[in-house]
Amino acid sequence: MIRSSKRSPLIYLTHATVLFLVILWTIPTAGLFISSLRDKDQLAVSGWWTALSASTHMVVDRAEPPSSQVQEGDHFVIKGNILHGQSGKISKFGYSSLHPQAYKAGEVVSIRNGQTMQVMSNGDYVLSSPTKWLGRNGKRIFYTAEMPPHFTLSNYKEVLGADGLGQSFINSLTVTIPATVIPILIAAFAAYALAWMRFPGRAILVACVVGLLVVPLQMSLIPLLKSYNWIGDLFGVSSKTYVGIWLAHTGFGLPLAIYLLRNYIVGLPREIIESARVDGASDFDIFRKIILPLSFPALASFAIFQFLWVWNDLLVAMVFLGTSPDHIVLTAQLRQLMGSLGGDWGILTASAFVTIIIPLCVFFGLQRFLVRGLLAGSVK
Amino acid sequence: MEQLASALVYMVIGVSVCAFYFYGSNFLLDKLFPTKNRAVDIVARNLRITTRIRPWLFLGPAIVFLTFYLFYPVVDSIILSFYGRAGKEFVGLSNYSWLFGNDEFLESFRNNMMWLVVVPTSATFLGLVIASMTDRIWWGNIAKTLIFMPMAISFVGASVIWKFIYDYQSAGNTQIGLLNAIVVFFGGEPQNWISMPFWNNFFLMVILIWIQTGFAMVILSAALRGIPDETIEAAVLDGANGIQIFFKIMVPQIWGTIAVVWTTITILVLKVFDIVLTMTNGQWDTQVLANQMFTWMFRGGGDFGRGAVIALVIMVLVTPIMVWNIRRANQEMEGH
Repeated sequence: MIRSSKRSPLIYLTHATVLFLVILWTIPTAGLFISSLRDKDQLAVSGWWTALSASTHMVVDRAEPPSSQVQEGDHFVIKGNILHGQSGKISKFGYSSLHPQAYKAGEVVSIRNGQTMQVMSNGDYVLSSPTKWLGRNGKRIFYTAEMPPHFTLSNYKEVLGADGLGQSFINSLTVTIPATVIPILIAAFAAYALAWMRFPGRAILVACVVGLLVVPLQMSLIPLLKSYNWIGDLFGVSSKTYVGIWLAHTGFGLPLAIYLLRNYIVGLPREIIESARVDGASDFDIFRKIILPLSFPALASFAIFQFLWVWNDLLVAMVFLGTSPDHIVLTAQLRQLMGSLGGDWGILTASAFVTIIIPLCVFFGLQRFLVRGLLAGSVK
Repeated sequence: MEQLASALVYMVIGVSVCAFYFYGSNFLLDKLFPTKNRAVDIVARNLRITTRIRPWLFLGPAIVFLTFYLFYPVVDSIILSFYGRAGKEFVGLSNYSWLFGNDEFLESFRNNMMWLVVVPTSATFLGLVIASMTDRIWWGNIAKTLIFMPMAISFVGASVIWKFIYDYQSAGNTQIGLLNAIVVFFGGEPQNWISMPFWNNFFLMVILIWIQTGFAMVILSAALRGIPDETIEAAVLDGANGIQIFFKIMVPQIWGTIAVVWTTITILVLKVFDIVLTMTNGQWDTQVLANQMFTWMFRGGGDFGRGAVIALVIMVLVTPIMVWNIRRANQEMEGH
């Protein structure tokens, strides 16, 4: 943009600053994503950033129980792998809690009465004894190991398997799809009328739409809840239904829809519309055959907005749909998880990522339309 | 899955009803007042009538929705604010006098004002700075996408994300929150950021700034690109340096857009609800108006009168922006 500054050393500072800001902006989301892929029990004891590098752990585990011993010559031997097949490198081990790091990996250590223990760096161990191993539990082995980064999908399996989240995923889709499609149709007709038809009161209506754009949702909640309850009582049905929330989202989304679409339609070339009128086309034909196909970009912009807004909404869903299992949407479910599972970070992180994955896909896939819509909605 | 299928069926029905209404009403209008193959005076009369009626057929559903979902609630809220908890008995101004004597309300109001000052300012400023910097580097678009991304994340999702930044474990334990880990790394004492009165408000605001900066950046970046090159070239010839050009040449030319971004974020901030609800639910002096209103709506079976009063306060705060918007729209209409 400023060509003269391209060669100045300032440009390196710009690179560095932007890089810093990008990292700052991405880290929180990255943290959630990495956390959701970690072992549940590790989540609560170490920061997510430690999962990226190899880390040293001091662990105590038990060898196989004596029931698995085999006789080799005159010795009774228990063999196994203390890392349970995971990759890792053991540096030190020990057999008592007093000296958990007493020996180097690979050493053969005598415990007592001729019993020996050997732990290799890959986790293989051999316990050997001239007499039979007794007792029920396996021998304790203390070891210090260098573990490589380890990721797992088990959190996701758990979250998607339990019917809670799968069901609310479907609930969210059930709310979102109709609540995105219905307002578009209603708004498109209104936008055309406000853009190209002449009638008394048009300017006032446009002003009303602009005014309603900023009416806080909070204003509508109580009166609408009252009306919904009343209508529900009248027909003897529940006041919390999908139809109710679709219509509510339609009502709340309409001002923006009409405003965006009108701004776009008003900018279409006058000649096309006038010549169609001269040819005897009615407004309805013009709308259907000319305006609708031409306005596709604006329709797409609004659809994305409305989709993101409805999918991410918590307030409207809590008030008009409630939190019963067959109605609860993802955002409300996530909020409940946050409250109830103080400690279960595994479930929380995976659930959070499941809720944001769809909007992120929409965002990355259709960013072009989103930006266009934003510009049309506010720069005008 | 069944439910999804039935939702799709409903959607098809809904869309069909809309389509049927528009087709049907227009068809009916054309049948009742035909404009083809009739005597000239009848055609002229019918044409006049149809052009008068048709706009209202187009606008009808939209007007019904806007009236029922937005316009009527404003009026009803005003009425409800004079009534008691169930909305039946008239209580005069007692909801209002309760409101202004209520400590929680004064706290929410104070917090909302802080949000209003801090969030739009920071988000707009950061957005402007980032927009002007990313326009100069070759990977600017990638940077923009990444900074814009939080915009797609729900407030609840963002709250979970930021829990991992603000998490607190008592001193001596391993910190799993990034912020405390950094503090401890530099030898500080870990802090419980979320329950630290007064300052915790700012930690919540950071979440919204994180979300909104991308929005400001995208719009301001487009505005910056729209600045005619000549003005900048002239300034360069006159010997202005980069910072002078930015603040004295570029910023004044996009002042209008900055104002729009600012007010858009301001409106959002007035309605901020999800972040406070999920992070603190108003504890530790973080209450805001929208969350307090939500609480009263359901507290003890719900107190509609008091809830409505709080909603009205939000409405009053939004009104100046509304008036300004309408004025701007009217000027624009005259320009067309």
